[in-house]
Amino acid sequence: MSAKEPLFSANNRKLVTGPLSKNNPIMVQVLGICSALAVTAKLEPAIVMALSVTAVVAFANVIISLLRNTIPSRIRIIVQLVVVAGLVIVVDQVLKAFAYDVSKQLSVFVGLIITNCIIMGRLEAFALGNTPWRSFLDGIGNGLGYGIILVAVAFFRELLGAGTLFGYKVIPQCFYDAGYSDSGLMVLSPMALITLGVIIWVHRARNKDLIEEN
Amino acid sequence: MENLLNIFVKSIFIDNMVFAYFLGMCSYLAVSKTVKTSFGLGIAVVFVLAITVPVDFLLQNYILKEGALTWLLGDAANTIDLSFLSFIMFIAIIASMVQLVEMIVEKFAPALYTQLGIFLPLIAVNCAILGGSLFMQQRDYSSVLEATSFGLGSGIGWLLAIVGIAAIREKLKYSNVPAPLRGLGITFIVTGLMGIAFMSFMGIKL
Repeated sequence: MSAKEPLFSANNRKLVTGPLSKNNPIMVQVLGICSALAVTAKLEPAIVMALSVTAVVAFANVIISLLRNTIPSRIRIIVQLVVVAGLVIVVDQVLKAFAYDVSKQLSVFVGLIITNCIIMGRLEAFALGNTPWRSFLDGIGNGLGYGIILVAVAFFRELLGAGTLFGYKVIPQCFYDAGYSDSGLMVLSPMALITLGVIIWVHRARNKDLIEEN
Repeated sequence: MENLLNIFVKSIFIDNMVFAYFLGMCSYLAVSKTVKTSFGLGIAVVFVLAITVPVDFLLQNYILKEGALTWLLGDAANTIDLSFLSFIMFIAIIASMVQLVEMIVEKFAPALYTQLGIFLPLIAVNCAILGGSLFMQQRDYSSVLEATSFGLGSGIGWLLAIVGIAAIREKLKYSNVPAPLRGLGITFIVTGLMGIAFMSFMGIKL
């Protein structure tokens, strides 16, 4: 990148928009599924989780990018883990202080952000070879790409499983009177996988170039 | 003893790392193309989990927990609570244990070592491993033995899951899956179905 390139050049914008669909961390790069699905039974924890991951990946990217010329490559994984663990501790303490209920719902999954493959993957693949500002944008993009999937899965699970969104009833009472009932199955954990499988299906049906060889 | 067995069985079948908590999904999806490799990785995960969970248990109970330092510093330490440090300490233990396992595998099973490739060092960031330690912390097991049986059980549960999906994927090669669903999509759906099957173990108590 030349020094004169404007902050939001087309090239830099692509760093943010790419991961939202064509290069989505979950659907295409297959990263970060670990902690993604367990928090998607309701919308609220899903959004909090998405924001936490976005913050951690963006700032970890910046820090590692600033340090990239000083880290010996043999011990880089340890350095990355320490940086990420430090950031996650900050996020965890902030959540405990300001959003205690959600923090309780997320339980161990806040800690598991440390081992979220998106973060390690982006640090290895991007931050080690790019300038801080580009790394920051890449982090934001990938965090949001992750967030979109989380929110989409949580949306369907909460809507079909409990008939609510953010805890508010959205399916009118007359539906229930007519015989509709919430599908308890959607709240159970395996349905997160199946929902995601269907989302991937739709996404790939629309982006033919992503289809895998058997 | 009964209690240990109970924790063991429960962590294999009911609280299965993959099906109930989606932990360790990255390597689960990436390495599950053949049964042989996935078995190797599964064994490595069992080994690492069975070591790190009890070590982290000791760390948690004798250093990090509120008042845990009393044995060292006397009553003055009753109010010291280092549990906010647990993430970073756990991950340090895990990273060093993984290094150890990597050296052992490289020495004694070089073929497996080349097959596992990048995924061996990446066990350090396998969510199942850190997840094991964090669940141990949250569930407050009362002794090292309980923690060990939980670690071992979760590892075996993970091994079962990855070998199962690898076997299914080997057969899946010969079936006619709709094009957009191939690869990742169908694997997710199959995993979901396996998860539903595993839910039938719910409620088992020894």
